[in-house]
Amino acid sequence: MKTAVLLIPLLPLASFIITGLFGKRYFKEKSHYLSVAAVAVSWLLSVYLIVQVERGEELHWQVYSWIAAGSFKVEIGFLVDQLTAIMLLVVSTVGFMVHVYSIGYMKGDGGYYRFFAYLNLFMFSMFMLVLGNNFLMLYVFWEAVGLCSYLLISFWYTKQSAANAGTKAFLVNRVGDFGFGLGIMLIFVTVGTLSYSGVFSSLGSIGTGTMTAICLLLFMGAMGKSAQFPLHVWLPDAMEGPTPVSSLIHAATMVNAGVYMVARSSPIFSHSPNAMFVVALVGAFTAIFAASIGLVQNDIKKVLAYSTVSQLGYMFVALGVGAWTAGMFHLVAHGFFKGLLFLGSGSVIHAMGGEQDMRKMGGLKNKTKITYWTFVIGALAISGFPGLAGFFSKDSVLAGAFHKGFWYFWLVGLVAAFMTAFYMFRLIFMTFHGKPRDEKAFAHAHESPRSMTIPLIVLAVPSAIIGLLLGLPPESGHIDHFLEPVFEAVMGEPVHFGLLDAGLMTLSALIGIGGILLAWLFYVKRPDLPAKAGARAGFLYRAALNKYWIDEFYFAVFINPVRALGRGLWRWVDVGIIDGFANGSARFFNGVGMALKPSQSGKAQVYLFSMFLGFLALLVAYLILTI
Amino acid sequence: MTPLQQYLALSIALFFIGSWGVLARRNIILIVMCVELMLNAINIALVAFSNYSPTGAGRGEVFVFFVFALAAAEAAIGLAIAIAMYRLKERLSIGDFDEMKG
Repeated sequence: MKTAVLLIPLLPLASFIITGLFGKRYFKEKSHYLSVAAVAVSWLLSVYLIVQVERGEELHWQVYSWIAAGSFKVEIGFLVDQLTAIMLLVVSTVGFMVHVYSIGYMKGDGGYYRFFAYLNLFMFSMFMLVLGNNFLMLYVFWEAVGLCSYLLISFWYTKQSAANAGTKAFLVNRVGDFGFGLGIMLIFVTVGTLSYSGVFSSLGSIGTGTMTAICLLLFMGAMGKSAQFPLHVWLPDAMEGPTPVSSLIHAATMVNAGVYMVARSSPIFSHSPNAMFVVALVGAFTAIFAASIGLVQNDIKKVLAYSTVSQLGYMFVALGVGAWTAGMFHLVAHGFFKGLLFLGSGSVIHAMGGEQDMRKMGGLKNKTKITYWTFVIGALAISGFPGLAGFFSKDSVLAGAFHKGFWYFWLVGLVAAFMTAFYMFRLIFMTFHGKPRDEKAFAHAHESPRSMTIPLIVLAVPSAIIGLLLGLPPESGHIDHFLEPVFEAVMGEPVHFGLLDAGLMTLSALIGIGGILLAWLFYVKRPDLPAKAGARAGFLYRAALNKYWIDEFYFAVFINPVRALGRGLWRWVDVGIIDGFANGSARFFNGVGMALKPSQSGKAQVYLFSMFLGFLALLVAYLILTI
Repeated sequence: MTPLQQYLALSIALFFIGSWGVLARRNIILIVMCVELMLNAINIALVAFSNYSPTGAGRGEVFVFFVFALAAAEAAIGLAIAIAMYRLKERLSIGDFDEMKG
């Protein structure tokens, strides 16, 4: 087990180093061999690990002492429990599929080797993030995945918008990570250790106020990484990166790091009901807020991006109300179906020759059969169609909120679920149904190569059946029992499936189907309706279309004032005062030099005469002083 | 016995004559000669002090020998430099050699 735990992160790291160093000159278009092989082995080992964990094994392994300075000790160590194992499985499965998919998607790109090297680096960082056994490792690899995200968003760095999006993602994440870093420091100051087990075992001695502060600071990091309002602005822009990256990093794995962190810190959070409420509140607001933006976006990837933000909001609702396993269940299910949907959108974009605007698509159903059917499975799954993954996971989130007494979060979640179903099927109807709107692009449209369609099929399988496998019966299904040891201390009363749950379940199923039907009415039956509805909604429609002007607000309130401040400091303080000092001292010594220059006449006798005078002066002074 | 003051007066006179020569003359060879004059003024002072000192008899003379050696070396090098300077500019006036001015 130890070997497996070591190999899972180290294989992608080795592949990153080798591909990164030698890819450009030696591997070139064969760069993917090593990368895909490394991740494939990691995937197999992850499957092996989850089987071992299922059998009841756990691993707490201190590998070596990393930092030891006085009382500050940090170990590099691994913790493998149920939570880690399930995260590893999601990360490695989606990661493996995305690697395979990228062979086709990135074919012929100038940075082919670079792309696979970065993907490997990301896999390494993400594995280490979930495997670590202390907060500092979590933080370090949290930043490392952020770095990979930055590198991959601005992968096509000659494109200005891509470079900007990368910078934006990095900067917005800094805001969250600032809080996260402070939270970790506060943990160390109060508890004196950073290892999970050490922190969780000494929680009794921490005051409520400190506990709430720690939780809120940690959650600030989660808000950044998992794109929760008001730090969600980077994720839609991150879609500038290649689509496999959007699928892997910005849908299925890295953005889940925030959810993982809150779930991992569940013992801390459960001590602070106020912080939990904030988590749920932010999650619920983000869920409905992002979903409403997703309703009106026209870029196929932007719709999926807002959908991701919204679904992450669901997970935080689940964690915040204390339905921990439901949140993790939704994370797993969402990882699979959102990974699938993004890869599907990549396949569509590939077919359309790079076009991302849904208004120019249409009628692709028959040209790209595999993409279409796998996409429909993913969309049905996220919409909560009965029997598919999202139905069970979303239902357990909503039921969890309802059971814990947060009926208002349940209601918000239900509305967001309706919106989710609507915008997903709006996307499908605009893209795959109806008449082609751009004949030229349509004529060239073709199904993607097998390296791209096989991952779609593979990911469609868990999207379809994982709910049935893990989620039955609701709220005490297989996944709940599997994760129980992790959340043992923080779980409330076990829920027994009753008539109320059956009612809730039917209701959320009806809501999902209702959303699908409404989309069908709007975009297939009566294509004139969307424009009318948009005109009727007026201000609301424009607000959602413009993403509620959040970016503009940030520009007006933060970015432009800071820029103005910077310009002022540059013009007045730097050029005026700092440079004035430097130039002034230079001018002063220049003047002194010019004044003294004539004394260096080059005439030996002048020098001698001054020496002589000096000697006389010394002599006279000596005589006066001694006599 | 001649008093010490007379030796010292001679020494001072010679020293200032030499100094005047070094500072005022233009010809490099004359300047070198005046430096010799200054050195020998010091020699007189050293010998006189040595002779009048109750404990230091003979020590001053040792210094004089050192100064002789130094003066000989200085004369050799100084005259060699003077020849080199003459070859350079065909003149020996010190005012012509002011390339090191700032």
